[in-house]
Amino acid sequence: MRETMWSGERPLNGNASPRGYLEEKGFWAWAYTLDHKRIGVMYLYTTLFFFLVGGVFALLIRIKLMFPGQHIFTNQTYNVMFTMHGALMIFLFIIPAIPSGLGNFFIPLQIGARDVAFPRLNLMSYWVFVAGIVVILFSLVRPMDTGWTFYTPYSARTSADVTVLSFGIFLIGMSSILTGLNFLVTIHKLRAPGMTWHRMPLFIWSMYATSIIQVLATPVVGITFLLLAMERVLGVGFFDPAKGGDPILFQHFFWFYSHPVVYVMILPAMGIISEVIPVFSRKPIFGYKAIAYSSVAIALFGFFVWGHHMFVTGMSGTAAIIFSLLTYSVAIPTAIKVFNWLATMYRGSITFESPMLYALTFIFLFVVGGLTGMYLGALGADIHVHDTYFIVAHFHYTMVGGTVMGLLAGLHFWFPKMTGRMLGEKMARPAWLLMFIGFNVTFFTQFILGFEGMPRRYAEYPAQYQALNIVSTVGSWVLATGVLIMFANFVRGLFRGAPAPPNPWKALSLDWQTGSPPPTENFREIPTVTDWPYGYAGRQT
Amino acid sequence: MKEHGPGNVGYIAVWAALVVLTAATVAVSYVHLGMMNIVVALLIASVKASLVALFFMHLRRESRLVWGFALTPVFFLVLIIAGTLSDTLFR
Repeated sequence: MRETMWSGERPLNGNASPRGYLEEKGFWAWAYTLDHKRIGVMYLYTTLFFFLVGGVFALLIRIKLMFPGQHIFTNQTYNVMFTMHGALMIFLFIIPAIPSGLGNFFIPLQIGARDVAFPRLNLMSYWVFVAGIVVILFSLVRPMDTGWTFYTPYSARTSADVTVLSFGIFLIGMSSILTGLNFLVTIHKLRAPGMTWHRMPLFIWSMYATSIIQVLATPVVGITFLLLAMERVLGVGFFDPAKGGDPILFQHFFWFYSHPVVYVMILPAMGIISEVIPVFSRKPIFGYKAIAYSSVAIALFGFFVWGHHMFVTGMSGTAAIIFSLLTYSVAIPTAIKVFNWLATMYRGSITFESPMLYALTFIFLFVVGGLTGMYLGALGADIHVHDTYFIVAHFHYTMVGGTVMGLLAGLHFWFPKMTGRMLGEKMARPAWLLMFIGFNVTFFTQFILGFEGMPRRYAEYPAQYQALNIVSTVGSWVLATGVLIMFANFVRGLFRGAPAPPNPWKALSLDWQTGSPPPTENFREIPTVTDWPYGYAGRQT
Repeated sequence: MKEHGPGNVGYIAVWAALVVLTAATVAVSYVHLGMMNIVVALLIASVKASLVALFFMHLRRESRLVWGFALTPVFFLVLIIAGTLSDTLFR
């Protein structure tokens, strides 16, 4: 089998400077840049910063929950803590991190383009994102205590700054729409000659599906927040039954966005896993078309199932049964991906560098998260465990065990390409191990707590739940230690890492065929693509 | 693109149709039809939006890809209405 996917000159980077796109220095060179790689890096720094801030909130919540009773901070402060943990992690980290960060950096590189279709729109999208962050910070004057879901009627009458925070998220959503639109046009119009749809890397397929959701779903939550603001400021009764409104209508609108958006979080991570597994198994990806189309299927089916968040709200029984049945449909394309990844690894020459460790962790934890999602999609079982720690454990297994592990697989995989330096494996492995152990100790216990009936979001709990809460909190410390070691390794790699060759993992996709770091124009000449990027034929020595 | 357009007369005709339909919306609102009032109003609004998209936004002469991007959101609009009605109609 041929181990190239392009014809023409090689290497593709030509006479790039050794520092590539990082050559130009200074604040303005970054703030005004139109280079998709620099914008991607700015998104990564911003989102990873909020990952750490959200993580601090999480640690404080866990410390509070070690003991029942009011201590350390008040119950009201606790409400603010879990709201900020949820809102920051979701809107400022987990939604934008992979699409806007790694997607910005690697979509043009992987399809053989010099930039995204609309570079100025891309820069605007970043600064709109920053404007959203600033507005969110203003809301801390009267901090939010509604939980990240803003449910009416409480959100319509609390004295907290719901309007300000939701306007900040409105801006973040606008940034998300602009990025999704940019990526859709880029993938349609800027693919290198010869790169047909079935020769695109699977990361591109997953980003395409993600962008569709961003463009179609995000406007709905934006409008919902506007309606909420109109209710709060002008007294229009959209959601207030006393004025002819319907509080459950808010939840329909909210989840019409917020359920599809969990696939904005997970699909790009799945794309990264589809890139990492063939490289470290030295085998062609198994079931390329099945994985590609399952991304689009997940994006589509994800729009049909929002009602499963509302089974106990007083929604009609008919609707609950329809939504419960439809929920199962999402499991099919997800399982297709998992089986194809396993088949790719079967009899491969697997090596366990850090990107592969994170990719395997993704599969393991995401299967737990996905299958417990089936418990919750089943109407009867959901009524038993709704609003308990079972839900908390389920979505942390999908979002941390899934998306964050996928992001970390991508960061470890592409670190040499982005920075021109290698990451130290000696520190990466213990960091991974601590995170893996810490994560499972923290969140598996919460499955048990949930099944035993401990409700989520309460600051108080009966003493019978304390033992498992202590275990969970200690687990969060192990997890945090792993995260800190990993970040220390990133910093060390940035300054002291060994210079990275253009293609340290001997991968075939176009992003690896240019310099590390890539030159500003990505490729000296746009390559002509002749094959798919997965033609691996055994380990290269 | 002017040479392929319906021309000034065509645009004025479309505008006139929009004015007539607006008047129809106002007129129908005075007739008591129960639930059908909303249905009729939405139908007229959909026809008006289609006229604007087809003629003023030139969708009529666009490629199939652009048609795809224009019609996909309509499907999702129908979806959110149908899903919400599956709740409110059967409570």
